[in-house]
Amino acid sequence: MTAAISLNNLDISYSGTRVVEGVTFDVAEGESFALVGESGSGKSTVLKAIAGLAPEWSGEMSILGQPRGHGPDKDLARTCQMVFQDPYGSLHPRKTVDAVLSEPLAIHGLGNRSERIEKALRDVGLDRRFRFRYPHQMSGGQRQRVAIARALMLEPKIMLLDEPTSALDVSVQAEILNLLKRLRAEQNLTYLLVSHDLPVVGFMCDRVAVMTKGRIVEIAPVDALHHGDFTDPYSRQLYAASGG
Amino acid sequence: MHAWLISDSPASRLQASAGRFYRAGGLLLRNPLAVAGVLIIGLLIVTAIFAPWIAPESPVGQNLSNRLLPPSADHWMGTDELGRDIFSRVIYGSRITLMIVALVAVISAPLGLVIGAISGYFGGWTDRVLMGLTDVFLSMPKLIMALAFVAALGPGIENAIIAIAITAWPAYARIARAETLTFRNAEFVSATRLLGASHLRIIFAHVLPLCTSSMIVRVTLDMAGIILTAAGLGFLGLGAQPPLPEWGAMISRGRVFILDQWWVATMPGLAIILVSLGFCFLGDGLRDVLDPKSAGKS
Repeated sequence: MTAAISLNNLDISYSGTRVVEGVTFDVAEGESFALVGESGSGKSTVLKAIAGLAPEWSGEMSILGQPRGHGPDKDLARTCQMVFQDPYGSLHPRKTVDAVLSEPLAIHGLGNRSERIEKALRDVGLDRRFRFRYPHQMSGGQRQRVAIARALMLEPKIMLLDEPTSALDVSVQAEILNLLKRLRAEQNLTYLLVSHDLPVVGFMCDRVAVMTKGRIVEIAPVDALHHGDFTDPYSRQLYAASGG
Repeated sequence: MHAWLISDSPASRLQASAGRFYRAGGLLLRNPLAVAGVLIIGLLIVTAIFAPWIAPESPVGQNLSNRLLPPSADHWMGTDELGRDIFSRVIYGSRITLMIVALVAVISAPLGLVIGAISGYFGGWTDRVLMGLTDVFLSMPKLIMALAFVAALGPGIENAIIAIAITAWPAYARIARAETLTFRNAEFVSATRLLGASHLRIIFAHVLPLCTSSMIVRVTLDMAGIILTAAGLGFLGLGAQPPLPEWGAMISRGRVFILDQWWVATMPGLAIILVSLGFCFLGDGLRDVLDPKSAGKS
């Protein structure tokens, strides 16, 4: 079985400054893998490099066995999609939900738009009366559902989740996490989740990689989060700091 | 109808956008100055469309026995040095003014918008080259530059329009670039990029729609300036050529008699002031409605 995402000795820079060094991990198909660490540890950068938004990298990267190029890639868009952290910034302020969701279909020339949009809205638990609303007519949680629906429009195999719940309040967070968990089971998705919230990771993921200062210090099964049996001193510190 | 328009769960694309325009329109009509602007511009458009029915006489028909008559019941704005009815000429002149304004807006606003958006979106060398070009055009006074173009292309209304359009776009390019810079790194642009959209598609379908509202405001506010530049060119004899009843050219003809027959120059001048004012009011009102900062709340 090929790995959904395979990174080997990946270095990533922003305009010449190296921010991530020597990152190596594999995510199996159907697995849910988490990158945790404090702000500035480079975890989001890894996600961006996989998505193609941080094109300055060296090393090896392959998605479902195919080597990956450096920029955003139209074919890859059908297999790998991303959900962003801020539901207020990730939706175009002047486009209705309908327009947002038909955009991927238009780009890839897919038909049956109306049915696909209705299905996507149902999948993320949004009533059809939301279909022609503008983002400012919705709450943060509803916006994030729309963003998830947009990512799912192309029926990808892999979802990159960049702190998908950290901009939402706690009760809404739980709804979105349950939604993501259900979608993964229903559509057999592979998740790569970035978070600094260890309980979220414990709920969502199978394995976890701890990052600090641009390096991965430890990759552990998620049980480690429940028992606190990390080997690396930094991981223990992080675990202790989150009240584990 | 009202309930249909303000529904917060519209059932179709049409209803959603109709609702948005309805709300913007409602805000606009709550502003008295904007209403005045709308009325003046509406009057200008109606006048231009129905000029032949409104004007009592032909705009070019000469009658030398009626030279330089003061305003009266027969000739509401008096007559000029060739005995032409000034009221009729002002009415027909509205067509020329409207054409100039519309054509300049249609040429320069999209040009500036596209150049500015491309410049802001790509940044780097593209930005430097395009903005350098824009700055060169911006650094020259509008009327002088229009004069130079008209002098090179030959006098005439079409050339005046081209000249004004060429001098008007740099300001729009600057605005569009500034707007684009504020959201080129926004997540919705990245998200669209990840869906596989080309740069062209992002610029035209996602970036430009966000620049248009400030552009509409700016273009409306600039209309007054465009009218004045056109009138200035007409006044200098480089715009519309006689016997076209262009307001600036009419003032120019009336200059000779300004002390004894004041109405010849004053009447078209009043028309210019009124229309410029109308565009300024409308532009101000539109700014209050379309300003991106208030748009999120409405």
